[in-house]
Amino acid sequence: MAEAVGYDPLASAGRWRRLRAKTGVYAVLTLFAIYYLLPLVIVILNSFRDLPEIAANGLIALPRSFNFSGWREAWSTYCVGGTCAGVQGNFYNSLRMAIPATLISTAIGALNGYILSKWRFKGSNLIFDAMTLGVFMPGQIALMPWAYILSFFGLANSTYGLILVHTVQGLSFTTLFCRNYYVNIPDDLIKAARIDGAGFWRIWRKIILPLSPPILIVTVIWQFTGIWNEYLFGVVFTSGREQPITAALVALSTNQTNVRNYGVMSAAVLIGALPPLLVYFFGGRYFVRGLTQGAIK
Amino acid sequence: MTAALTWILPPMQTIAPSMSTSSAEARPLSERLGGFLPQILLAPSIIVSFIYVFGFSIWTFYISVSNSSLLPTYDYVGFSHYAALWKNARWNIAYTNLFIFGVLFVAGALVIGLMLAILIDQRVRFEAVWRMIYLYPLAVSFVVTGTVWSWLYSPTSGFEFFVRSLGWSNFSFAWATDRNMAIYVVVITGIWQSSGFAMALFLAGLRSVDHDLVKAAQIDGAGVARIYRRIVLPAIRPIFIAVVVVLLQFAIKTFDLVVALTHGGPGVSTTFPAIYVYDLMYQRGQIAEGATAAMMILAALALVLVPYSLWQIWRRRQEAANG
Repeated sequence: MAEAVGYDPLASAGRWRRLRAKTGVYAVLTLFAIYYLLPLVIVILNSFRDLPEIAANGLIALPRSFNFSGWREAWSTYCVGGTCAGVQGNFYNSLRMAIPATLISTAIGALNGYILSKWRFKGSNLIFDAMTLGVFMPGQIALMPWAYILSFFGLANSTYGLILVHTVQGLSFTTLFCRNYYVNIPDDLIKAARIDGAGFWRIWRKIILPLSPPILIVTVIWQFTGIWNEYLFGVVFTSGREQPITAALVALSTNQTNVRNYGVMSAAVLIGALPPLLVYFFGGRYFVRGLTQGAIK
Repeated sequence: MTAALTWILPPMQTIAPSMSTSSAEARPLSERLGGFLPQILLAPSIIVSFIYVFGFSIWTFYISVSNSSLLPTYDYVGFSHYAALWKNARWNIAYTNLFIFGVLFVAGALVIGLMLAILIDQRVRFEAVWRMIYLYPLAVSFVVTGTVWSWLYSPTSGFEFFVRSLGWSNFSFAWATDRNMAIYVVVITGIWQSSGFAMALFLAGLRSVDHDLVKAAQIDGAGVARIYRRIVLPAIRPIFIAVVVVLLQFAIKTFDLVVALTHGGPGVSTTFPAIYVYDLMYQRGQIAEGATAAMMILAALALVLVPYSLWQIWRRRQEAANG
């Protein structure tokens, strides 16, 4: 999004009115910033507090204790669903699931996008439209068929099963994104290359790929965030130690046998939220770009 | 599958119009296949995506008209599950909730998103920082959002406890544990998660409005409110509709947020269609009934998306005709 603003909406007002309006603008912005940041700040603070102190003063209070035991316990010893090894296993499951599924679906999506924009054939637009319907499919429709397919291939209760599910479901999305980006590369460029004798792969390597980093970054960011944060398939197709972090977090917070240890749970929640948040903070520019591109088109 | 393949792979002449048949036959097989390389590379994706989109929908529909219980069977029982579904009290709660949530959540996210976008558009300082703060919830999972907010709504640890500790010992805020109010807790949390999304799209829209038009109005002496109402907002109407469609889609698919926030409770007061499907299929072993409810979710999505796509096509034609 461009920083340059073409006009100043408040320019026509008088100096005092303008000052007053500006103050109002910042006041409202600050108020909403508090609303948005409050949960994050509270969870971060509580992840460093003692259980007795939280029990005495509540979740919303300035910390009077500070230690890392909550993080240590959440990572390696806290009991989730019968096993007491913290959420590290689930965290690794999510990584082992999200990274391959993101890379595979993005690579195939980029190739599909290249074909559907630069090597069109009869019916290819129709195929593209039908493929993009997958973006809107509700997960509940896919539950039974996936359960059958996963057990047929012996992939039930495994990270590989989830990789398959997320790769297939991601294809519509990655194809849509990449195709809409490649469409804007001038066809003349491709034509000239073909006259020079360049074939499918040569054009891909020499023209398309060098122009691709922006769209590939956007697609990777969105796929990774989406797959990491997914819950339904994680909880349905895996159990116990095989579960991704989202499913483990729900199991952990609905666990009625434990005393609610908010400190440890806060740390666990942050561990689960950290990877997508890091991606967001470092790739925020691309995150927004993907958002506006995907929704407006 | 072979039928699909022949339909997808076009006849030779459409691919290479200049190529004469005799020379094509004279060429080695690998080279002849080379002409179809794009289609061959695309074929697996097409097959997989078509199975996913159409195959899965038909499959689930088929289960919904069967008498499956714990395991899928394929004995046709007609639409009896559909008739039963609409008489089911819990389904009644589920779609009523979806309706309340859909309206309030979309309206709330829209109003807050638009307001924040307009405020940020007033040449504020540190624009990137504001934007980042409002948008970060979108990067966080519904599970994390729901879990954290459920703690804050909890009377024994969250807001109620906090305000009481400040001295108002009679203060009460127990919406999350109140059957009649719990749905509004879901609404507030949903808005928290998604209004930044609306903000980002509106802001992109505001930036694309023709500045000359706005300047002309300013020179004519129009005030800020008037300029927005008369010029800027009408210009971004397509974005309004896009935002509403995407948010409605979120609402119809609402699942993880509620599971983590209220577990559908207290009782069944915050059941949503997606939760109903999950419960029937995986907690009660009523697969056919679950599939029926899943088909209704698909129908609800179609109800939103089909008119939208038609409108998009119409708009593109209009543009092509005018341009």
